[in-house]
Amino acid sequence: MTTMTDPPQESFRVSMLINDTRYRSYTFQFIALLALVVSIAYLMSNMFANLRDQGLFLSWAFLGEPAGYDINQRLIEYNSQMTHWRATLVGVLNTLLVAFLACVSATVLGVIAGVLRLSNNWLVSKLMSAYVEAFRNVPVLIWIIIIFTIMTAVMPAPRAFRGDEPDAAMLFGLFAFTNRGVYVPAPILGNPLFGSAAMGWLLIVLGLVGSFFGAKALSAWANAKQELTGERPTTWYITLAIWFVPLLVLLTIMGLSWNVPALKGFNFAGGLTIRGSLIALWFALAIYTGAFIAENVRAGIQAISKGQTEAAASLGLRPGRIMNLVILPQALRVIIPPLISQYLNITKNSSLAIAVGYMDITGTLGGITLNQTGRAIECVLLLMLFYLTISLLISAVMNVYNNSVKLKER
Amino acid sequence: MADNQEEVKMKKTVLFGALTAAGLSAGAAAAGTLDDVKARGTLNCGVATGLVGFATPDANGEWQGFDVAVCRAVAAAVLGDATAVEFVPTTGKTRFTALASGEIDMLARNTTWTFSRDVDLKFTFVGVNYYDGQGFMVPKDLGVSSAKELDGATVCIQTGTTTELNLADFFRVNGISYEPVPIETNAEAQQQYLAGACDVYTTDASGLAATRAAFEAPGDHVLLPEIISKEPLGPLVRHGDNEWGDVVRWTLNALISAEELGITSTNISEMGAGTNNPEINRILGTEGTLGEMLGLDADWAMKAITAGGNYGEIFEKNIGESTPIGLARGLNAQWTDGGLLYSPPFR
Repeated sequence: MTTMTDPPQESFRVSMLINDTRYRSYTFQFIALLALVVSIAYLMSNMFANLRDQGLFLSWAFLGEPAGYDINQRLIEYNSQMTHWRATLVGVLNTLLVAFLACVSATVLGVIAGVLRLSNNWLVSKLMSAYVEAFRNVPVLIWIIIIFTIMTAVMPAPRAFRGDEPDAAMLFGLFAFTNRGVYVPAPILGNPLFGSAAMGWLLIVLGLVGSFFGAKALSAWANAKQELTGERPTTWYITLAIWFVPLLVLLTIMGLSWNVPALKGFNFAGGLTIRGSLIALWFALAIYTGAFIAENVRAGIQAISKGQTEAAASLGLRPGRIMNLVILPQALRVIIPPLISQYLNITKNSSLAIAVGYMDITGTLGGITLNQTGRAIECVLLLMLFYLTISLLISAVMNVYNNSVKLKER
Repeated sequence: MADNQEEVKMKKTVLFGALTAAGLSAGAAAAGTLDDVKARGTLNCGVATGLVGFATPDANGEWQGFDVAVCRAVAAAVLGDATAVEFVPTTGKTRFTALASGEIDMLARNTTWTFSRDVDLKFTFVGVNYYDGQGFMVPKDLGVSSAKELDGATVCIQTGTTTELNLADFFRVNGISYEPVPIETNAEAQQQYLAGACDVYTTDASGLAATRAAFEAPGDHVLLPEIISKEPLGPLVRHGDNEWGDVVRWTLNALISAEELGITSTNISEMGAGTNNPEINRILGTEGTLGEMLGLDADWAMKAITAGGNYGEIFEKNIGESTPIGLARGLNAQWTDGGLLYSPPFR
């Protein structure tokens, strides 16, 4: 018979912080953290002390002063008498615009190129390889400049459209391609509900969102019916109606008309101007990043075992449906995480806009405002804060999406 | 005292590290630029990235031009060698950071002297080497004879310069509209303008003349009569180093005074032997101790003037009427000829 006694309860002693392996790692981590905090504090205090010595102190008052310069592309109302802060906002919106356009088109381009690169057709797959290798191995700045130079050098100047026998003519009498940009007809709401045109457009966007959910509900209903009866009801004409009937009704009520660009004075007037700088930046970012996304997509698809394809084929699915129903949903799990960083790259690379004079936030806040006020530190800090915020937001949204497509283990 | 300096120096190093880490660049103005330049043996001079007549490398890679000549004169005065200059090309955006951070010792890049650049950005403009004003250039076949007819025009403009603000003000005051096309450098602006991507190019009138001179067919383009701003262009240095500021200021004044007093690169060796005019003698160092007061050799001004000639010679050689740029002296004539050039006396 043995007697069992509790092991003696050791009381905590200070020396155990060093001698006892259970606590030692905490001690060292705490010391490392302390050293890090102290050195950062030292560097910061040094920076502020030196800035003060040189008579440089942080002040944000300049943001409230009149900017004094004009910006060609403004998504919100702006003139040279408004503040630097307003000019910054104009730049922010321009950055977001080009980043959004480039993200969408790079994704479309990348998915198509990535899928086609795996095609059994020799010519198609080699063409896509050539695209990927050519575009991702040349710096994006070069692509921006190439596209911009081609646009300004090859497209006709507006004055070529003038005269009885002009050198250039508008496409269908509606679109003008010039070396300053592309002029397209602009939709005008002649009789918007709730007074302002902005409210009218908001209403249309809300209508489209409603249509989206309507179409989704319809498809869910069709799925349920298919599960129940084995027969899928024909829904394509109802889907079309859900998308277009509310839109057309809204547009008719609000009196949609088109403002067609026309040559007036030095330039085309009226219509919507898509400036050469926006086109160059947008296209360059899209095709450059699209090449990277194509590789992500290819990697994602190749990560799915061949057995999946064969199993789907043995069930009698056609190649298109195999891709859409079996391969891509699984491949997305592999594709999404690197896709997030490509979106971040697009947003950050959009700061190369100054090369073609596109007035993004780097051009307004980090360019002209910085120059005219000389407040370099404040402007650069704001710029960093902006890009950090946008990047984190994109990451957050994409991570939510990633969680929704990732493998659900039960 | 020595310890204190050591500490300041160390703090600056750390500051620089911290700023670099944060992706910033801020000024670390070192006192004693004159000593730095002498110790280094070369002058770091910020110039334009390429503006014919003012600062541009020639076929042999040698920098030539009106602003370049100021750099060379300062290098000759300080180091006795007009070629001991490291030219740092700067854009409208980078020039102030380059000067404030100490990357360059002086900036001679047709930079307009304004209140905020002097007071807020803390630079010392040592004088004016060219009195300019902002103008407009348009293709002749546009049929425009006045800037007030430019309603709705697309205007190419160098971003990060005072011209941007002048342009906004001019169109606002006249109640006409325009579309700005911001461009980073003069060369790009030239390309855009020639391609017809903008109707008008605006910058300082001297810059327009220089740009037009580089065109294949300069005659197809006209400068409009309106001058919409005052642009006194001059070399500048950092605040807080008055000895260095004095060196650059009086080198420029020596070039201007030399023209006024008739000292030229051809007769300078003769005059350097001594003349009846005491002011000439003081400038050329045969009388008085002006050079010593500046911390330079007695013949500092002589070397500066020998480097490229007096102000008038530099003007004629680089941008005068005999050159493709073809600028008249106008406001930039000596005060005795009805211009604005007026150097304080050397005594």
